[in-house]
Amino acid sequence: MSSTKYILGLFDDPDNLMHGIDKLQKNSVPIYDVYTPMPIHGIEAKLGIKDSRLGYAAFMFGCLGGTVIFSLVYYFLVHDWPMNIGGKPHFAVPDFIPVTFEWTVLFTAFGMTFTFFYATHLFPGRAPRVMDLRATDDRFVIAIDAKGNTPHEDITNLLKEAGAVEIKHNDRKYVSYE
Amino acid sequence: MKTQYSFDEQFEFTGKVKTWSLIAIVIGVVAIAFGILTGAVERTFANLLLMGYYITCVCLCGVFFCAVQYVAQAGWSAAILRIPQAFIKALPIAATLLIVITLAGLFITHHGVNEEGKDVVIPYLYKLWAAPGLSTPGSESYDAVIAGKSGYLNIPFFVIRLIGFLVSYTILGLLFVKYSTNEDELGGMFNYNKSFTTACVFLAIFGFTVPVFSFDVIMSLEAHWFSTLFGWYNFAALWVSGLAVITLVIIYLKSKGYVSWITVNHLHSLGQLIFGFSIFWTYLWFAQFLLIYYANIPEEAAYFYKRWEPEFKPWFWINVVINFAAPLLLLMSRDSKRAIPMLKAVCIILIVGHWLDYFMMIMPGTVGPQSHWYTEFGLIELGVFLGFAGLFTYLVLTQVSKFKLLIPKNHPFIDESLHHHI
Repeated sequence: MSSTKYILGLFDDPDNLMHGIDKLQKNSVPIYDVYTPMPIHGIEAKLGIKDSRLGYAAFMFGCLGGTVIFSLVYYFLVHDWPMNIGGKPHFAVPDFIPVTFEWTVLFTAFGMTFTFFYATHLFPGRAPRVMDLRATDDRFVIAIDAKGNTPHEDITNLLKEAGAVEIKHNDRKYVSYE
Repeated sequence: MKTQYSFDEQFEFTGKVKTWSLIAIVIGVVAIAFGILTGAVERTFANLLLMGYYITCVCLCGVFFCAVQYVAQAGWSAAILRIPQAFIKALPIAATLLIVITLAGLFITHHGVNEEGKDVVIPYLYKLWAAPGLSTPGSESYDAVIAGKSGYLNIPFFVIRLIGFLVSYTILGLLFVKYSTNEDELGGMFNYNKSFTTACVFLAIFGFTVPVFSFDVIMSLEAHWFSTLFGWYNFAALWVSGLAVITLVIIYLKSKGYVSWITVNHLHSLGQLIFGFSIFWTYLWFAQFLLIYYANIPEEAAYFYKRWEPEFKPWFWINVVINFAAPLLLLMSRDSKRAIPMLKAVCIILIVGHWLDYFMMIMPGTVGPQSHWYTEFGLIELGVFLGFAGLFTYLVLTQVSKFKLLIPKNHPFIDESLHHHI
């Protein structure tokens, strides 16, 4: 029993990488994930990645922010301490719009950022989990879960045929834990 | 993804749309005659001005759209440029109509009651500054505020400005069409580079003069009042309604089996622009409203006071709901921008919405309130709207059918546009 946990195919060209993905899929090898230093057009469709739901989170945070500040201003200026400002009615909705807008934007921005951090395990101060360091620099990496994907030799050959410049059999999932 | 297309097709303007656009023009003429014969001449003139301004603005949006794409060196839009170019080719007629309407409104006069209740001779349009005697000291109808503005707001200078602006927009716009059709024959970068220069010149002129254009044509109807934001607010309405019409024309052409290279991705980009600039319109509408509401200075608040009369107040708020809430909620998600029926529905809502927007700018200061809020719109409003909508459809689709190709096939970024994918 080999101790390999993940097989990584490193490419130096995004076209070869896309070719490699095709080859693996044609041979029914499931791909764990792909890491690239830059966005590659059309790769999500090829890997069958679902659309991000970040937008829904953003919308909910926006609604939350708008509701919170509108309620607060209502409490301050209408319920708790009504003031006569320019002879306007106490519940002067147009005056509340700018601050409602600002809080909606603020909650949306922070909410999206924190949702993104939560979903990707990225927090300030936390060492990012990387399967291969050069994936953030100049290598395009296909990661394949080694468990249940035997024989490993065949995968190695497929990656080589597709033009991988280097193939790694890693015993650890990430090169950097903490 | 399909990226090879046959470009050798020409649009044929026939069938139901042609019949209906001609019927609509007839309805419009009947409505104008009805308005004049039933004595509602001022109301008819206000409606003519509204629709003349509306279709001129939509055609101007064609010029502005092309100019922005050339200056930004945008690639995605290359495949759809023929549609705004058709708008440009319809601009000379739309602009002529607007000029004829304003001149007729200025020079055809009648006896009417002025703001102080006196019986005087007033023109049908721009009665607050163009009526004789307003700036003559000692005259019965002398108005010190208008006299102070008469160095700018006088008939000769007004006409010179209006014609000057529209002629320069039209000439620069037609240059885009000329360069683009030359490009089809010759290829190369020569025509593209000339379009780029023309676009820079156009945007500089347009940016400074389009607010003045709307100050003149619309804001001067209520000559005692002014708002410096009014020009950009009108520009936002121009841009949103123009984008909605461009999108609708593309959807129509696609439904007839033309322009197969315009994919859902191009419509998605147009949907994004419509969504974003609807919010921009709301921002300007609200910025103008809030400052006046908050400061509550009488000479400024008079404008909104008129629009808060019970006959206008429901429409005042409906205007914001349909031009802001509808695109915001209906076009927010990616899927709805890519669903053609949804995009089509939003475009129609916005075209009607911006008609209401212009209505709220023009009517309270010209004809004033009718008997009820629901009688604000009558046969004249509906008929004139239909007439001009039919005329615009007829003009634009005729111009589309005159293009030898429905795509600028030698545009340097055409491949980028055919591969546009978001």
